Amino acid sequence: MLDLNTYGTFETAWCPGCGNFGILDAVKDALVKLQLDPHNIVLVSGIGQAAKLPHYLFGNVFNGLHGRAIPAATGIKLANRNLAVVVTSGDGDIYGEGGNHLIHAIRRNIDITVIVHNNQVYALTKGQASPTSDLGFVTKVQPGGVIDAPVAPLTLAIALDAGFVARGFAADKEHLSSMIQQGLRHKGFALIDVLQWCVTFNKKNNFLWYKQRSYKLGPDYDPHDKVKAFEKSLEWNDKIPIGIIYKNSRPAYEDACGLMKEKPLVEQEINPEGVRAILREFI
Amino acid sequence: MARIDITIKIAGEAGQGLQTMGQLLSKAFARKGLNVFANQALQSRIRGGHNCFQLRVSTERVLAPACATDILIALDEESLAHTQELTESSITIFDGTGKYKTLSHTTAKIAESRRRRRFSCSTLVKLKVERGLSLDIPLEKIAKESGGNKLMSNTVGLAAVLGILELDINVLFDLIRESFGAKGKEIAEANIKVAQAGYNFTYRKIPGKRLPSLKEISGAKKMLIGGSEAIALGALACGCKFISAYPMSPSTGIMTYLASKANQFGIVVEQSEDEIASINIALGASYAGVRAMTASSGGGFALMVEGLSLSGMTETPLVIVDAQRPGPATGLPTRTAQEDLEYVIFCGHGEFPRAVLAPRTIEDAFYATVKAFNLADKYQIPVIILSDQLMADSLLTIDELDIDSIKIERNILSNEELKEIKEYKRYRFTESGISPRVLPGNPYGLVVVDSDEHDEEGHITEDVDYTRPQMVLKRNRKNIGLLKEMAPPLRYGPQHAKNILVGWGSSYGALKEAVDILNAENEQVCLFHFNELWPLNKEYFDFLERGEFVCVAENNFRGQFAHLITATTGRIIENRINKFNGLPFCASEIVVEYRKLLNA
Repeated sequence: MLDLNTYGTFETAWCPGCGNFGILDAVKDALVKLQLDPHNIVLVSGIGQAAKLPHYLFGNVFNGLHGRAIPAATGIKLANRNLAVVVTSGDGDIYGEGGNHLIHAIRRNIDITVIVHNNQVYALTKGQASPTSDLGFVTKVQPGGVIDAPVAPLTLAIALDAGFVARGFAADKEHLSSMIQQGLRHKGFALIDVLQWCVTFNKKNNFLWYKQRSYKLGPDYDPHDKVKAFEKSLEWNDKIPIGIIYKNSRPAYEDACGLMKEKPLVEQEINPEGVRAILREFI
Repeated sequence: MARIDITIKIAGEAGQGLQTMGQLLSKAFARKGLNVFANQALQSRIRGGHNCFQLRVSTERVLAPACATDILIALDEESLAHTQELTESSITIFDGTGKYKTLSHTTAKIAESRRRRRFSCSTLVKLKVERGLSLDIPLEKIAKESGGNKLMSNTVGLAAVLGILELDINVLFDLIRESFGAKGKEIAEANIKVAQAGYNFTYRKIPGKRLPSLKEISGAKKMLIGGSEAIALGALACGCKFISAYPMSPSTGIMTYLASKANQFGIVVEQSEDEIASINIALGASYAGVRAMTASSGGGFALMVEGLSLSGMTETPLVIVDAQRPGPATGLPTRTAQEDLEYVIFCGHGEFPRAVLAPRTIEDAFYATVKAFNLADKYQIPVIILSDQLMADSLLTIDELDIDSIKIERNILSNEELKEIKEYKRYRFTESGISPRVLPGNPYGLVVVDSDEHDEEGHITEDVDYTRPQMVLKRNRKNIGLLKEMAPPLRYGPQHAKNILVGWGSSYGALKEAVDILNAENEQVCLFHFNELWPLNKEYFDFLERGEFVCVAENNFRGQFAHLITATTGRIIENRINKFNGLPFCASEIVVEYRKLLNA
């Protein structure tokens, strides 16, 4: 029986009071509830404070380049589909630097769970606008306020027909843990956008701001209705829904591809002799 | 038998079927045991433009294109631009009906006066404006009259070439039947009739002794393999299970071939959204334990460079093919160059070991790929295979590829070995710099890798007093072992020659032939040719000591290998032959340039 101790406790490089702590707790809680052994998990991240999360619990780790967590996670899952692959990175990493990869990973429907610590600001680089910063958000680089329209990540994911699109709140561990568990159980790409406050660089979208606006989707909400999901995903400012916004059952890449149905690629035989046979095709 | 060396050029627009024609012809010769080297000069477009497929057929092994063309098949008017490559004994085949306004006009005028007097066949026409013999063959008309259709005109042309050379036509019939298969039997038989007609049209109708007859030729069948295919075959033979790449000429052939064998070999071919994804996906797959690769040309490779550095930092094995084309930027997408040499060796931020292999022939590309995967795994580094358009788009006859010689060395600890280790650390400090590697998913040790500087366990660290310098030393210590793995240059020519030609990579064929020509004329020159370029061993340059005249030939402007020689040995080499117009070397132009430098 695995418990929280299985995943250890580590010293972190996060600011006191950071939303990342809540996300880390929720991740650990979800792994305990799913009874996932550390050696069967790979935590993949890019760069940023959020991307340091994999160092703060026991598991296999691929802490790659800024923006490139999703491609690395894709390769890992394709090579060994028996591994549970979780990406944890920030809004800058996934929606900015790695935006193109997000789009195409959703198209592939690779079976990975992507947790985006979305605090609407670039914190590790000391407070510039992120792709999700609200219009008018003032920073030292955007002194006149943000002009670019923010990315609506969930709307984008729904438009691409992502199989699992959810939002959690870093302060609600139980709910977020449930989102992560369901994301991990979902066979296909799962995006979990997490409302996360930044105590140092985002004075606007602070803990209270999210707390007052976020509300849980009730049992009457049907996440299979794509049009409703679009509508729901667009709610922001006054009210922000958390929960599973959209869900479908598109086949995951690993099932559609046909090459790894029986066993993971990494366990398959290699066939040098087969080359001898195909050489005849060149005569 | 006397040496036979014939170059056939099929020229026309993209979409006219040049490649199919060229490949069929090449295969026909290969099946008769002849040696073939074929390459392509293409324009970057889907239809139209001007392309050519050039094949050289010989009783000897040939590894490079020739400068002169013996038979030109001109499928459009623009193709006649190639007539400057013709010699007095060359033959040009064209269909003068309708297509060639200028030429047929000229033809008509000259034809009347010369036809009866000079040629037995009434449609063979000698054009005053060009060198050699021009054959106006109504390809389309022959196709239609022998029961075929317009689409079969190319078959007539092919058969006409075989007729001129008097090669056994049955070899073409077999190839036609095979290419159409059981389902296309009717079309195949129609094509065969058409081929027979084309063959008869030229067989023994060429006046004088222009080109040697291949009537008596018969030898053991040879394989005909392309450069991209050779790399792909090497990857399959040594257990590569994964390629992620973004299509880019001239590298795309590798993923295309692997995709055609995906089910048979269980190899995943993932066309990624961009080259940044390509390399990062491949690194993920390699981390999880499969042999993985990616391939691109210079521009795409440039996008991968941060990932290259990631491979170096995380010590994740990876094989990357850079099929070079002329740059900078988009450059000439479908032409050849050796311009990325310094780039692939020195690019990537930070300092980390890597190996660069530049195969010299298509066979060598097969073995180099196997070596690349083994080096990548053994040293846990990125290995770059530096190919180019010449190699990627060439075909070469090969007697055999030695599958038995292939050894797969993964350098991954088994679970049993891992159990013996008390506390597994992915980046344990070792004397060789190579740390024990295990795969994620094993129950005995977690695998932690990080693009940040990390401690022995793989976790992020900022310990600048001990861990950082030790990690830098550990990573770069791998160079010591790696250097010993690199092959010395191949020496070709008289051992004690005072005159030395130096080259690397795909230009080997042309350089070797140039050395043959020069030595046949008593020049006493020796070639030193490198196919494993980085790390570069200073000891391999001892030959420079005895060289009175040393000249480096390469397909770039700056003399990049000459620079590397200076950086490695301190010796400055001033004599250089640099070709950078996008076309490969041929031997005779190297001979000319060499003599110019020698006599300067």
